[in-house]
Amino acid sequence: MRPTATPHRTATVGRGLFGGLAAVGRGVSGGLAGVGRASRLGVAAGRSLGKVGMWAPQLSPQMARVGVASVPIALFIATFTGIVMSLQASYTLTGTIPLYFVGVLVSKTMILELGPVLTGLTLAGRVGANISAELGTMRVTEQVDALETLAYDPVAYLVAPRVLAGTIMFPVVALLAVTVGIASGWVAALQLLDMSSAEFVKGLRLFFEPWDVWFCVIKSVSFGFVVTSVGCFCGLSTRGGAEGVGRSTTRAVVASSMIILFLDAVWAAVLL
Amino acid sequence: MSIEIRGLRKSFGEKEILRGFDLQAGENEIAAIVGPSGVGKSVLLKHVVGLLRPDAGSVVVDGTTVGESHGSALADLRRRIGYVFQFAALFDSMTVAENVGMGLRRAAGWTPDRIRARAEACLAMVGLEGMGSRRPADLSGGQRKRAGLARAIAFSPKYLLYDEPTTGLDPVTTTSIDRLMLRMRDELGVATLVVTHDMTSAFRVADRITLLHEGRAWFTGVPAEVRSSGDPVVRGFVEGDPGLYYGTGAGEPTAGRPR
Repeated sequence: MRPTATPHRTATVGRGLFGGLAAVGRGVSGGLAGVGRASRLGVAAGRSLGKVGMWAPQLSPQMARVGVASVPIALFIATFTGIVMSLQASYTLTGTIPLYFVGVLVSKTMILELGPVLTGLTLAGRVGANISAELGTMRVTEQVDALETLAYDPVAYLVAPRVLAGTIMFPVVALLAVTVGIASGWVAALQLLDMSSAEFVKGLRLFFEPWDVWFCVIKSVSFGFVVTSVGCFCGLSTRGGAEGVGRSTTRAVVASSMIILFLDAVWAAVLL
Repeated sequence: MSIEIRGLRKSFGEKEILRGFDLQAGENEIAAIVGPSGVGKSVLLKHVVGLLRPDAGSVVVDGTTVGESHGSALADLRRRIGYVFQFAALFDSMTVAENVGMGLRRAAGWTPDRIRARAEACLAMVGLEGMGSRRPADLSGGQRKRAGLARAIAFSPKYLLYDEPTTGLDPVTTTSIDRLMLRMRDELGVATLVVTHDMTSAFRVADRITLLHEGRAWFTGVPAEVRSSGDPVVRGFVEGDPGLYYGTGAGEPTAGRPR
């Protein structure tokens, strides 16, 4: 038997519906406000590039922190990715396609996809979290306010050098990762597969296009920009002590990882 | 040379913090703004240095309306104001001397040697001589406040703003910080605003005391006038009597009242 609607039940459903709509409305409005704040920070960061004297002294230390310090973890991941790529390619191709296609698969995948994307995601964790936690702590301990009272522009002093360093250094780290990934795939092919160096190199050169390297660089530049910008935005938006710093750090890593994967698809659709 | 706050209003969302606050502080004068935690004392101070913009009213420092200043004009104004933060807000990644010299780095004519010498002089002035090479994390609470003050006076400001300078300090350190504030007024001739809820400290250092209550300057007077005031809110705050302060009756419990 169908239950009949009572006034009490109708009111409860109505409250639930309106509550849900209100929550969606709050979410949309919060999201739009976030986009607005991010846009304002972007404009301020663009303008702050004119204050060369404020960001230039910070650029080199930031390049070392963002780029040079990230090299070991990026190369570690690239090394094992190259080995696994080589072994899995051999497993997939055996008996159907000539084995030198292992070189094709390793090089193409490393240059076009795994090199830049894995480096981007790894650095989203390492660099994005670091920037967000550092700026977040500075925000909640009033160090950002202190900078302003000392006549510094926090965007020029804190944001501009970090974003520039990320944009410059991510492609460098990604290209190193690609090189090491291919090299480790090569070594794995020689040591663990029944392949000669000549065969691997033949595959390596077969479908190689210089444009692939530019594609890798363009992707890495965009990932570097995204990871550092999102890290700065989340850090400077931090409210409410240690818990707030933790929240903004998580948000920075999750948001930049999602944007990296989205951009990855966009670049593939637009540039290939 | 003065700080004039006229009809200052500020809200955050629905919450109205300042509802038309007025205050004036002149040369060689320490004006203390007192009130319980959370009434908007720090919010008020941040308007004076342009960290917050008023919804209505104005803050005029040295003849310049802070809320209407931007870019280099605001930077110039900020160089004339020293701000001592509640928890010092020292930059963790730098030494104490680098913290003190931070504001000078951006100014014309300040060579690294000159900045170092000035930092050492400022540290000596606040009793931290020889501690320039330490990191902020190696300092005690009182030393951090002193280092924050050294950084605030590095540019020889005309105005000094203290945000809860004695909060969290033991009575002996509190007294030494109070004496330091008086010395800064006498030696530098600065106009000083102090926000605090420490009445002992306020009575010791202030030339005039203003009680911030319900977003307004509820009562302003010299320390003797504050001590002898019959106003229940003033008496409640000075004597630490929540019943009087919140109007629930002297000595009565204050359940449900905002604190």
